[in-house]
Amino acid sequence: MAHVIGTGADALYMNERDHVVTALREIRSGETISYRNAAGLQEVTTQNDIPFGHKIAVAAIEAGDDVRKYGEVIGRAVAPIVAGQHVHVHNIEGIRGRGDLGAKETN
Amino acid sequence: MERTIMGYERPNGEIGIRNHLLIIPTVICSNQVCSRIMQMVPGAVAIPHQHGCSQIGADKDRTFEMLAGTGKNPNVGAVLIISLGCEVVDPIALAADIRQTGKPVEVFDIQSVGGSVKAISYGTEVAKRLMADLEKQEKVPVPLNKLKVAVKCGGSDATSGLASNPALGVAADALIGEGGSIVIGETTEIIGAEHLLAERCVTQEISDKLYYIVDRFEKEVERMGADMRGGNPSPGNIAGGLSTIEEKSLGCISKCGTAPIKGVIEYAESIPDHGLYFMDSPGNDIECVSGMAAGGAHIVCFTTGRGTPTGAAVVPVIKITGNQMMFRRMEDNMDVDVSDMLDGSVSLGQAGERIWQEILDVAEGKWTKAEVLGHTEFSINRIGPSL
Repeated sequence: MAHVIGTGADALYMNERDHVVTALREIRSGETISYRNAAGLQEVTTQNDIPFGHKIAVAAIEAGDDVRKYGEVIGRAVAPIVAGQHVHVHNIEGIRGRGDLGAKETN
Repeated sequence: MERTIMGYERPNGEIGIRNHLLIIPTVICSNQVCSRIMQMVPGAVAIPHQHGCSQIGADKDRTFEMLAGTGKNPNVGAVLIISLGCEVVDPIALAADIRQTGKPVEVFDIQSVGGSVKAISYGTEVAKRLMADLEKQEKVPVPLNKLKVAVKCGGSDATSGLASNPALGVAADALIGEGGSIVIGETTEIIGAEHLLAERCVTQEISDKLYYIVDRFEKEVERMGADMRGGNPSPGNIAGGLSTIEEKSLGCISKCGTAPIKGVIEYAESIPDHGLYFMDSPGNDIECVSGMAAGGAHIVCFTTGRGTPTGAAVVPVIKITGNQMMFRRMEDNMDVDVSDMLDGSVSLGQAGERIWQEILDVAEGKWTKAEVLGHTEFSINRIGPSL
């Protein structure tokens, strides 16, 4: 997973297929922040406070759709997500290791 | 010409980078005696644990293999085994197994010697004699291609997948390039990323085994009827920005570099020479690191974003982070900071070179922070009930 990190961005975009970027600093709601993709420096305005290391949507995601980071599926949305929103356990869930779903099905 | 480092030559041809006297309790009942002897003999290390009795079948065998493997680890120069005298783990068989390496192994039991006080007294005499012999051994040039390094992550946050793990991967590739071995484990933490490792397995059989062990682990989670989120990723992982096990796994796997995977080995199984191997192990830090040490790893490279003090009984643990705030907070536990990757001031290759240099320094005797602080964690993964 080789990657080059450009200087001067607020968030990190790992792969051209990704829906999210990762905050490289504490970001406040309403800030317009930058990240770099193949086309150059991009901007998105945040809808929530974003802690360091947390994810920000850079594309809209429908509820139930896969969410990608590193170019791979990291889970699925449990609510509609718009660009600029904090993406975390409140709006995406894991697909794997879900013993709780099996337990519900057998009830 | 073959590249060498200064290390210890073992009778069986392996190399050691430390020269420990290891004190092994075969059972929890011997822990206190072992710990007292360790206090009496500077430089000795004991591995107190919770097991060794009321165990059967594969679970009993796993405890035996862990104790034997730790004794056989090439960083161990001599072994003292202390039994209670009535437990499930057979101390004589354990001694015989470790003696196959050619290193000195002494064994006795507390019941025959006549209680704790006499066992501590007798054991201290034996340990001092073994230690005196170890201190006479000198380092010699040994081949770097016999070095085995384990890669592990724990207390991960988002920086682990973005910085420290990919940088460690560069160092892993450097060791493979020198002909050494890398082992990666944590079966739980490749869930969602196993397809990327499976396509790097050198045969279909190895790829199938990798899928099989992941499936087996996932079925165990299903049997518990729980969402693994909350257990893994842990509350700290989640606070650090990791939302799902898939996200954590995808960030984890880069730490083993890019080499083909030459085999999938069991927990605590001996790590083969030359190449990259996967060890079926839990993600739990201490159980995983202990299993890798029992497999013969010389060094563990451990990335962390949240920060952890962990060390290991017989192997140096190099702590690497991509989280600058944590590095500043917990500098007495951290060995390498690669957080400058995240502002672009150093490249991935430069960060990887920094870790590779640290591996070489530690291999030649530089103490890790965990060694300086006396961290000697040890833990055995259980797979059966206590009877």
